[in-house]
Amino acid sequence: MLRINNLHASVEDKEILKGLSLEIKPGEVHAIMGPNGAGKSTLGNVLSGRDGYEVSSGTVEFKGANLFDLAVEERAREGVFLAFQYPVEIPGVSNMEFLKVSVDTVRKHKGLPALSSVEFMKLARTTSQKVKLDQAFLKRGVNEGFSGGEKKRNEILQMMLLEPSLCILDETDSGLDIDALQTVADGVNAMRNKDRSFIVVTHYQRLLDYIVPDYVHVLADGKIVKSGDKSLAKELEAKGYGWLEGGVA
Amino acid sequence: MNDFKRQALSLAKELPEQDLTTPQWLQNLRERGSQRFQAVDWPSRRTESWKYTSLAALGKVASFGAANQGDPASFPVDAWIDADAYRLVITDGVIDTAACGELPAALTLFADADDAQSKIIEAHLGRLADSEQHLFAAMSEALLQQGVLLHVAAGVKLDKPLYLVNRISETAAPLVNTRLLVVLEQGAEAEVVEHYATATDATKGFVNAQTEVVIGDNARFKHYRLNLEGEAIHHVGGVFVELNRDANFDGFAIAKGAELIRIDYGLMHRGAGAHVELNGVYLPRNKQLVDYHTNVQHCVPHCTTNEVFRGIIGDRARAVFNGRIHIHKDAQKTLAQLSNKNLLTSNKAEIDTKPELEIYADDVRCAHGATVSQINDDALYYLQARGVDKDQARIMLSFGFINELIQQLENQAVLGYLLPELAHQFGRDVDLLLFDGDDLDSI
Ligand SMILES: Nc1ncnc2c1ncn2[C@@H]1O[C@H](COP(=O)(O)OP(=O)(O)OP(=O)(O)O)[C@@H](O)[C@H]1O
Ligand SMILES: [Mg+2]
Repeated sequence: MLRINNLHASVEDKEILKGLSLEIKPGEVHAIMGPNGAGKSTLGNVLSGRDGYEVSSGTVEFKGANLFDLAVEERAREGVFLAFQYPVEIPGVSNMEFLKVSVDTVRKHKGLPALSSVEFMKLARTTSQKVKLDQAFLKRGVNEGFSGGEKKRNEILQMMLLEPSLCILDETDSGLDIDALQTVADGVNAMRNKDRSFIVVTHYQRLLDYIVPDYVHVLADGKIVKSGDKSLAKELEAKGYGWLEGGVA
Repeated sequence: MNDFKRQALSLAKELPEQDLTTPQWLQNLRERGSQRFQAVDWPSRRTESWKYTSLAALGKVASFGAANQGDPASFPVDAWIDADAYRLVITDGVIDTAACGELPAALTLFADADDAQSKIIEAHLGRLADSEQHLFAAMSEALLQQGVLLHVAAGVKLDKPLYLVNRISETAAPLVNTRLLVVLEQGAEAEVVEHYATATDATKGFVNAQTEVVIGDNARFKHYRLNLEGEAIHHVGGVFVELNRDANFDGFAIAKGAELIRIDYGLMHRGAGAHVELNGVYLPRNKQLVDYHTNVQHCVPHCTTNEVFRGIIGDRARAVFNGRIHIHKDAQKTLAQLSNKNLLTSNKAEIDTKPELEIYADDVRCAHGATVSQINDDALYYLQARGVDKDQARIMLSFGFINELIQQLENQAVLGYLLPELAHQFGRDVDLLLFDGDDLDSI
């Protein structure tokens, strides 16, 4: 699915990713943990193709092809999905319309037939019920005036509608109450299958009780400094990051 | 004197003069208007209020068509706003009785005014639209033939909005000169929708439509000025409002753009505790021009103004926005905000935006901002990250930029009329915009 090899990337001439390597096979769930400022969101942004991130060396293969050959929207259509740590508010752009346009383009790319407005509205409504987002949020501007948790649910709603093959969840659990956490985890678990992979960025072991990962990695100072199975998350929870080699703060 | 003035004056001379149906006060007003119209210079580039909008081409207009030559059948059938409202229709400058609906008792045509109503008209007409200064206010008076008075008595709430349609038919190319006077007595309430339309995008004509509003103590007025004409039209107009103690004005303006659309708003806080809420949207495209001049005067303490205008200017179009706020010496505790944001969607598009803030009181809070905005990069990225291509995303965000104001419209009929039009212009799917989960069950 995804093969990252010795990736170096910088923002505003400051190197953030410093030789990061990671391989993710179809169907796997990888959790990434690590201290603030380690480069976790940067990794997500580089993978999704945000402007302003300079890749100086290293390669990323997505489904066997060079990911960097694709523009932001092409990556999305090919199945890269980044659930943002801080989803942006877009007043005036109706959430419903945004969802439809984005599902339309992705379906078209996959060669699927277009949905009529009514079909789509029904689909959006049922899906929003699954993430316990009231349908009133479909009518509002994209994330406009949504609470932190509502924004995160809107991200999961988009993920469920777009059915991507690689889902990167950047701290989707932050700011969620226990029930919302369960809802989001249910959404993710329902989407787990042998063809779909997940990168779950989190600070909290608790999420991984709900979304059980195949691997846990520690990202510190721009590199993966330790990898293990789900027990690593428990160990981190108990000991923090200080004990890891490389002198992580 | 240029061709335009000459023609307008000769039209003024042709108006029926000493006939019995024309009251003396109206004749006097016309006479005064004619004199002032002759006296006021045709605006040039040196005239401050016309600095960015040239009237040179207008001055050479070869000839106006006569009023009432047009063909009402040339209008699209669904041209009305589907409102539960009193509908007054003016076609090619003449009241179109056949197209009007039932009208309220509070409404009178100037010609039918009784003594008491004449006195009200005399007392207010031309008081707010300053015909000594404004060429087109003077012209409006010189050519005044048929005006409309909406007079709402103290404590009365007009039960339905007045929906005033001013439309030009296919072939007439007329000079349309209309006047609306609204007088709300103490505690009265009314809502007026002014809708300007043409039969087609190529319909020609010159419209001078002046509106004066007196909002009495504690009275409330809601007003929509919808300039939705085709792009061959010339429209100059004004909305002049006086707010007395605790009066409330809630206004909305939209102009799609034409050869010339110039609207002056003059809002005068005359009584303490008055409040103005004014939103506006302009959307010139092709080679169109829209020019809004707004002038808010705070003469007394404790009044508030909240004004927001947003424009999207495309192609080779041009927009002018001049937002003036004048806070007089006695207007302490004024709260005034004006924001003007513009989005240029082509590098040939142009905006001249000029904030003017004059403050002569020391205890006031004012914010005044005029900007040329860029599409928000973070929002653009967010849409792209969901597969939307960049051009499409830009259009969505442009539409969102004005939709923020459109969504706030309280009059659902106006919203229901404008939204599909604008959605269409921006290629948006209106069903999705109007999504209502409860309706969905019945489909
Ligand atoms: N646009 C930017 N301009 C300048 N510095 C940036 C920019 N984006 C990220 N950085 C810096 O890059 C470093 C890594 O940031 P990143 O957001 O990837 O961290 P993170 O691991 O996601 O942290 P957190 O756990 O707090 O979300 C930080 O030092 C941050 O300040
Ligand atoms: Mg982060």
